[in-house]
Amino acid sequence: MSKRTVELELATPGLDPHGAPVRVPLGVGGPAGAAPEAAEPELAGEHMLVNIGPQHPATHGVLRLVVELDGETVVRVIPHVGYLHSGFEKLGEYRHYNQIIPLTDRTDYLSPMANNVGFALAVEQLMGLEITPRCTVLRVIACEMSRIISHMVWLGTTSIDLGAFTPFLWAFQERERIYNLQEMWTGARLTTSVTRVGGMMADVTDAFVTGLRHFVATFPKTLAELDRVLTRNAVWVGRTQGVGALTAAQAINHSLSGPMLRASGVAYDVRKDKPYLGYETYDFDVVVGEHGDVYDRYLVRLEECHQANRILAQALDRLPDGPLNVADPRVILPPKSRAMSDMEAMIYHFKQVMEGVKAPVGEAYVGIENPKGELGTYLVSDGTAKPVRWRIRPPSFINLSALPQMATGHLLSDLIAINASVDIVMGEVDR
Amino acid sequence: MNPSVDALRATFGNAIGRAAEASGDTIVYVARASLSAVMAWLRDTPGQAYDYLVDVTAVEYRDRERPLEVVYFLRSLARRVDLRIKIELDPRGELTLDSVVPLWRGADWLEREVYDMFGISFRGHPDLRRILMWETYAEGHPLRKDFPLRGRFSRAEQVRQALAAHPEAHYSMEELSIADAYDELPADMKERLRRGERGTLPHSE
Repeated sequence: MSKRTVELELATPGLDPHGAPVRVPLGVGGPAGAAPEAAEPELAGEHMLVNIGPQHPATHGVLRLVVELDGETVVRVIPHVGYLHSGFEKLGEYRHYNQIIPLTDRTDYLSPMANNVGFALAVEQLMGLEITPRCTVLRVIACEMSRIISHMVWLGTTSIDLGAFTPFLWAFQERERIYNLQEMWTGARLTTSVTRVGGMMADVTDAFVTGLRHFVATFPKTLAELDRVLTRNAVWVGRTQGVGALTAAQAINHSLSGPMLRASGVAYDVRKDKPYLGYETYDFDVVVGEHGDVYDRYLVRLEECHQANRILAQALDRLPDGPLNVADPRVILPPKSRAMSDMEAMIYHFKQVMEGVKAPVGEAYVGIENPKGELGTYLVSDGTAKPVRWRIRPPSFINLSALPQMATGHLLSDLIAINASVDIVMGEVDR
Repeated sequence: MNPSVDALRATFGNAIGRAAEASGDTIVYVARASLSAVMAWLRDTPGQAYDYLVDVTAVEYRDRERPLEVVYFLRSLARRVDLRIKIELDPRGELTLDSVVPLWRGADWLEREVYDMFGISFRGHPDLRRILMWETYAEGHPLRKDFPLRGRFSRAEQVRQALAAHPEAHYSMEELSIADAYDELPADMKERLRRGERGTLPHSE
C-alpha cells in the first residue's frame, strides 16, 4: 500500500478578473487532467494505539486513556485511573472521626463543603445524634454552594474542551464569588473542613448572609448569558447532540448517578427520594433530560444551577437563630475560654482531643446528592473512636466506568466531549 | 425490617442467613454459593425489582476471628427501597465469589477495586485486574488489616523499584496486544514483561 500523500498546489493569493479572491481547491496532486486518486485511501486493518494522558488538559486531571483508533473512529477505550491514589480510606482507619473531615475535602476538591456534610451526616447517623435546626439549614447552604461551584467549573472546562473560551471566564467569575463567600465562612477556599460531628466548625456572619443574598440575586443573570451563548449555538449543539448517548436502562445498569443518570431520563434525586437535611421541605424541581447525550447533560447541569439558587434563597429566608452545635459535651469541644478555666470542660476537652469521639458498634450508610452524583459514606464501627472501615461511594469513579460504553464508535474528538460530560474529579476517582 | 427478607427466606431457604437492621437499613447475610441466584432473583422478580446496584465493597474487622465481608448495596429505583446484601468469607480460605457484572455493568470497576484493595477474586468478571494500584504492584492488598499503613516495602525499596521501572511496563499486556505491537516487541522486553520485573503480573499471558 502506498503512502498517502496529499499535495497542495501552492498559490499566491490573488484576485480573479471579477475581483473576487482566488481560492485554490483542496485536492490530490498529480498531472493535470489525470483522473484524481481517491482522496482518502482505504487504511482498513491498520488500527492505531493512542495514549492520552495522564498529563493532558482534556482529561481533567491525571486520567490516562489508551485509545485504539480505526482512522478517527474510536474502537476501544481503556481508562487507567489511580495516579492520584492517596489511600484515604486506609488512612481513615487510623484517624478519629473529626480528624477524617479534612481528608474528605481532598476527595472531590470541587465541592469540599458537600463532602464534609456527607461524612458528618454518616457519623451522626452512626451515633444517633440529632443536629440543631440552624446547623441543618447551614449545611443545606454549604451543599448548594458546592453544587454551583462544581457545575460552574464543569461548564467552564467543558466549553474550553469544545473550543468556547468565553463561557469559561464567566463561569469562573461566578465560582470566584462563591469562593470568596466560602473563604468568609470557613477561612479557606478549597480545604474548608466546615463540619464537625454534631455541628459546624464556624457560624456564618451577617456579612456572609448579605453577600450570599447578593449572589443569589445576581447569579441568574450569568446563567442567562451562558444559556444565550451556548444552548442554541450551532457549534456547541453540533458537538454535543447525539454524542455519547445512554438510554435510561443502560444508565441504571451502569450504576450512574446524579446529572448523568437524570440526563438519561431517570428521575432519581437523593434529595427527593431519600431526603436528608430536610430537603423535602424545600421547593425545587428534579431536572430530567430526555436523550442522555452530552447536550442533555449540559442542560441538566445548567438548570440544576437555577434550582440550587432557588434552594439557597429559601434557606437564607428560613435560617433560624439558635445554637449551632448539639448540646453534648462528649461530642462538641467546649469553648477555649471554658476549657482553660473550668475543670469539667477541661476534662471533656482532653478526652475528645486524646481519645476522640467514640461511636457505638454498628454501621451506617448515608448517600447525599453531590454535584457529581450520589456520594455515599459507609462507616463500620467496632465501638472505638476510629472507624473499622470508611468507604466512600465515589460518584465520578462509577460514572467514569461507563466511558468505554459511551465513547466506542464515536470520533476521537467526541471522546473528549464525552469524557468532559462525565464531570470527573480525579481526587475522588482515585481517592 | 425490609419485607424482601421474608420473601428471600421463602424462596432460598437455608441459603439466607441472619438479617439485621442498622441505622434504618436492612442487612441480609447470604451464603456464598447462592450469590448469583439471589442477586438475579432480587433484580428480576416483579415486586422486588432491585434494579440499581449502588455500591460494592468489602469490610475486614480488626478482630481477626471475624470473617471478611463483601457488601452489596442494592436499590429499587421504582420502589425507592434499599437492601444490603453481605457475603462472609473466611480470610484463611479461598477468597473467591461469583461476579455480578453479568447482572450490572456498574459492578465492573467496583469489583476490580475490591480485588485490588482486598485480594478478593470474582469468578466470571470480564477483566479482573488492579485498578487503583498499578498492574505490577507487588506489596499486596492495601485495605487488608495486616497491611501496614506505609506499605510493606521500605521507602528505599519503593524508590529503587520506581527508578528501575521500564517505561514500556506502563502499558499493560492487554494494551500491547491490541495494536499487534506485542509481536513486534524485542524479545528481551517480552521476557521482562512476562517476568514482571517490578513484581508479578497478576494476569499475564
